Amino acid sequence: MYLLRRLGFYALAAFVAVSVNFFLPRLAPGDPASTMFANYSTQLTPAALDGLREAYGLTDDPLVVQYGRYLWALLHGDLGVSLSQFPSPVTDVIATGLGWSILLGVVSVAASFVIGCALGAVAAWRRSGIVDRVAPPSLIFVGSFPYFFLALLLMYLLAFDWGVFPLGHAYDDGLEPALTLEFAGSVATHLALPVFTIVLVSVGSWTLNMRNAMVGVLSEDYLTLAEAKGLAPRHILLRHAVRNALLPNVTMLGMAVGMVFSGQILTEIVFSYPGLGFLLLQAVTTVDYPLMQALFLIITLSVLAANFIVDSLYALLDPRVRQVVAA
Amino acid sequence: MRFGVVTLVLLALCAALGPPLAPYDPAKGVGGINEPPSAAHLFGTTGQGQDVLSQFLYGCRVSLLIAFAVALITTLISLAVGLLAAYAGGRTDDVLSSLTNVFLVLPGLPLIVVLAAFLPPGPVTIVAVLSLTGWAFGARLFRSQALSLRQREFIAAARLAGESRWRVLAVELLPNMLSIVAAFFVNQVIFAVGAEASLEFLGLGDSGQVTWGTMLFWAQNGSALLQGAWWTFVIPGLGIALTAFSLALINHAVDERTNPRLRASDLLRQAIGMRQRSAVLVTPVVRDA
Repeated sequence: MYLLRRLGFYALAAFVAVSVNFFLPRLAPGDPASTMFANYSTQLTPAALDGLREAYGLTDDPLVVQYGRYLWALLHGDLGVSLSQFPSPVTDVIATGLGWSILLGVVSVAASFVIGCALGAVAAWRRSGIVDRVAPPSLIFVGSFPYFFLALLLMYLLAFDWGVFPLGHAYDDGLEPALTLEFAGSVATHLALPVFTIVLVSVGSWTLNMRNAMVGVLSEDYLTLAEAKGLAPRHILLRHAVRNALLPNVTMLGMAVGMVFSGQILTEIVFSYPGLGFLLLQAVTTVDYPLMQALFLIITLSVLAANFIVDSLYALLDPRVRQVVAA
Repeated sequence: MRFGVVTLVLLALCAALGPPLAPYDPAKGVGGINEPPSAAHLFGTTGQGQDVLSQFLYGCRVSLLIAFAVALITTLISLAVGLLAAYAGGRTDDVLSSLTNVFLVLPGLPLIVVLAAFLPPGPVTIVAVLSLTGWAFGARLFRSQALSLRQREFIAAARLAGESRWRVLAVELLPNMLSIVAAFFVNQVIFAVGAEASLEFLGLGDSGQVTWGTMLFWAQNGSALLQGAWWTFVIPGLGIALTAFSLALINHAVDERTNPRLRASDLLRQAIGMRQRSAVLVTPVVRDA
């Protein structure tokens, strides 16, 4: 029941995104669609031109009819044709980047979540200890850098100056994608620096949240009781404090997925990592509106899906969520 | 805390006095290409031979102005939406809350990029786009804060005393939310400084204007990195980071001082003069004899 309600909410959010996607080019001042149309009209086939005219509202049909047709095409997975990589459909272009983005996103979110929560727990447990004094301020400092700036800096130092890591792309140019150890190793070394960047920027907020949640939990009566019972400190920390403090952080995981996806776009651009962000930059620089809009939709829908997964996870972890709705 | 305030004041001085103090015209090529820092050009020159120090000073003003404008506008929108939702209740609350949650769950940057791509480039577009996408978290925050405040006795007393809705809102409710509103405002400045630079770095700003973001855009475009011209991107990046860091420090310090449990444990340690033996926090109870 709880999950059904969440599903309804995400459907609403998806609908808003889809509608924004439809109305934006039609309402924007200066008629950007016509400009794009003029730029590309010489390179396209007549059929593609007709499709474009329809997609950007340059027809005489009333808005409602256009909207209906747009929704219908969307339901069939038809997002139009990419202009800069004509004649590939937008969906094909995106399919090449989606896998890499998901790999990068999942690895970095998981890494920063685990590291951040561990640091936060230790900082709260040993208040005014070394971790507590050093970690939060330095992580806030690192987290104040925009993603792309930290990425540039890391790339300059580690990849360009010292040559420890490769300069960009997802794997060595000479290799063919295959299920070999060599290929996997190449993917991993190319992944390391982008992941490191994202973890550095995002780990600070996990640490702070975990520390604050721990401070809250530590002043609960059941912890005083646990201590009074003479339980081992280790046991109190892991079984009683961390377990309860983790819950609010799990709720934030959903929002973090969206944030990381945003930051990831910039990180991918700096490292020329062939994910969705890199495609988005190409779409922006070549004024490829169909590709740009499709990317916006795909990224948004992925984030919504990720949020739904986190919600399901939360219901699994916290029985109260299920019970409250049932009651 | 002290470091945060000092840094922020210095940056504000840069923004206010920077342009008259700047040694060169930030748009003109006044030196060699990618010259490293020297006496003539303290922060070196760019790939077009412009003076990085002058660009930094001019960029400071525009970047900080945009960031504060965005923070101000989003805070006002959030306050309006949050308070209206909390106060009107019923169907208005449902609609506003759903809208807020939808904006919260949509990933920011792709939306910002698509919006900015369809609008004419420039500071006004950046402010508008960032304001449109940045208010949702605050609206949720202020709504829940207002809802919990509304339960308190003094609000009920004011209402029973026959004060008008608006007076209760402005005189009783708002002053009690000031600290949370201020914290949100500070966070919004941090968000806006970074988001503005990101947009301009992607080439969605007005690349003819000198801001920290466009400085980074040109550094990336001229592949300054691969030519070893680190000063062209480290300087504007530091500007952004220092702004965000100083504000974050201030926020952190204020939070540390206003959280009664953290404060209590510190007081306890000072008063008894002993090291706390366990990590479990106890709220001290003062007993008068």
